[in-house]
Amino acid sequence: MEPFVVHKGKVAGLDRANVDTDQIIPKQFLKRIERTGFGKFLFYDWRYLPDGTPNPQFELNRPENEGATILVANENFGCGSSREHAPWALADYGFRAVIAPSFADIFYNNCLKNSLLPIKLSKEDVAYLLKQAQRSDYELTISLEQQVVFDDEGFTSAFDIDPYRKQLLLKGWDEIDLTFVYEPHIVAYEQSRS
Amino acid sequence: MVAPKTIIEKIWDEHVVYREEGKPDLLYIDLHLVHEVTSPQAFEGLRQKGRKVRRPDLTFATMDHNVPTVNRFVVEDEVAKNQMTALERNCREFGIPLADLNSPEQGIVHVIGPELGLTQPGKTIVCGDSHTSTHGAFGALAFGIGTSEVEHVLATQTLWQHRPKTMQVHVTGTLAPGVSAKDVILAIIGKFGVDFGTGYVLEFTGDVIRRLSMEERMTICNMSIEAGARAGLIAPDDVTFAYLRGRKYAPKGEAFEQAVERWKQLCTDEGAVYDRVIHIDGSEIAPTVTWGTTPAMSAPIDGTVPYPEQFATETEQKAVRLALQYMGLKPGTKMTDIAVQHVFIGSCTNSRLSDLREAAQIVKGKKVAPGVRALVVPGSQQVKKQAEEEGIAQIFIDAGFEWRDSGCSMCLGMNPDTVPAGEHCASTSNRNFEGRQGKGARTHLVSPAMAAAAAIYGHFVDVRTLYKETVR
Repeated sequence: MEPFVVHKGKVAGLDRANVDTDQIIPKQFLKRIERTGFGKFLFYDWRYLPDGTPNPQFELNRPENEGATILVANENFGCGSSREHAPWALADYGFRAVIAPSFADIFYNNCLKNSLLPIKLSKEDVAYLLKQAQRSDYELTISLEQQVVFDDEGFTSAFDIDPYRKQLLLKGWDEIDLTFVYEPHIVAYEQSRS
Repeated sequence: MVAPKTIIEKIWDEHVVYREEGKPDLLYIDLHLVHEVTSPQAFEGLRQKGRKVRRPDLTFATMDHNVPTVNRFVVEDEVAKNQMTALERNCREFGIPLADLNSPEQGIVHVIGPELGLTQPGKTIVCGDSHTSTHGAFGALAFGIGTSEVEHVLATQTLWQHRPKTMQVHVTGTLAPGVSAKDVILAIIGKFGVDFGTGYVLEFTGDVIRRLSMEERMTICNMSIEAGARAGLIAPDDVTFAYLRGRKYAPKGEAFEQAVERWKQLCTDEGAVYDRVIHIDGSEIAPTVTWGTTPAMSAPIDGTVPYPEQFATETEQKAVRLALQYMGLKPGTKMTDIAVQHVFIGSCTNSRLSDLREAAQIVKGKKVAPGVRALVVPGSQQVKKQAEEEGIAQIFIDAGFEWRDSGCSMCLGMNPDTVPAGEHCASTSNRNFEGRQGKGARTHLVSPAMAAAAAIYGHFVDVRTLYKETVR
């Protein structure tokens, strides 16, 4: 996994609640057996018109959002299906972080496995960022080490993250390799139950 | 004396392999169910690192999401076919039992787990599918995981997990005739929202829950995820034990009796404290129909499509406006005036034998309304066979329903079963998200009886009135 330490980038806003993983990556793109290449299908049904051209109404197609690497959205982002194709698509599109007041549990965990940082901020902070994101030059810096999000104009907000997950992200460690360290415990557990 | 515990805490504590301050618990997984869509990248990961599957004996695979439900051996979609072939190859290479399309045990992963007796009380069960919560109906701790976690479980038979918060969902009273388990869970989500369960495991309790069959309990637990809860469960009782007795992978003979004695301990102790308790009166629940694009956007069948202004926040109002636009519905429309062009009876929520019986009771001796295409997709090949033997299949066929082979089918339309843009579908599935059943498809979630009635009348009907007519 690619480490996540500090990231500075442009912010795109998606002012919608309950964005489900069927929207993030529709089912017709789940048949591939690779982990890569899902970015071009991200938000497919919202992003493209029936004739395949970009839908100018869709938030991410607006010129001011071009090149964004941080997505800001509303409550319960990533609800629905467990498909990890959702964070794969967001990351492949170029996002390094998603900021929302709340996330669905499975999606949140899936992001952490893919170095896509899910950040929970207050409703007020998210509302502020959604407003700022309408500008074409708005950037945020995220420091995972410091657990803080800030801009160059005085906005700063701290976020929580599980210390274990934080460590894995900072180092970019393979979790399975780490778990193998605990194999004697797994063996002992299996023996105790047989 | 030991401190009283909820059933959730009991199962959790029983499965902690390793615990350390500042870390999630390392949790042992008793059963790992695998399907074709969320596993290929996990197996590929194992291969790249030269890793093995630690416990193929605790792993069971089937194919369900992609499979055609007519001419099932002719998969025209090359990419889908490739995914199924990959599962066959992976199961062979790693020694995992697989119920493939040739197997009489094939079916939707959440239907066959219980059917085969793989699902048992007290187990920790995972699958790369959010509706894994279904298995909680047996008093198991069952939750959906992503593909990286699938790989982790394959390699280590464990997961690092934070202890969840616990919530009691207490359903009291009595359900009126015509009101089903599906209506109960839709009503709960309608009342408390699509994310009240985030971070929690739900335990469903109360008189209404106790009186439900195993299949109805599965419907309730199945949709826990639509409330944001990764898992929902119901403490096992005699109904659970009777269901499991004699199932293929359930313990046999004396071992079964011993297991029942163990399983009886799986209950929430007197005095145990939940992090949150919510309540709903089952007597007040009506047959429920969704009008929007989340499972919480629903109304009782005798209600109407709401006005955006009825909602409290600007975010909600915006969501309702977008949903009504997508669904092509006007506020104030009576739910019974919504016409449907498609009916889908199936999915891991409602495709079991009792669901088909419930629907067949409504359909018997009637015809599907002109202009309506109606499908019944049994949850498994076993359900299909039983329904054919009981004569239920013939009731559907005589009425003009298409009778299919088992799979996830039109619930998510990964196979060719989809709803065209702009058309309405009465569906017994679990998600009415935009595009779920096909791009532009307009899904209304309902119970099997309500879906069957919509097929006959061409619009939604209050099945309570039909029950008064036909069921004495």
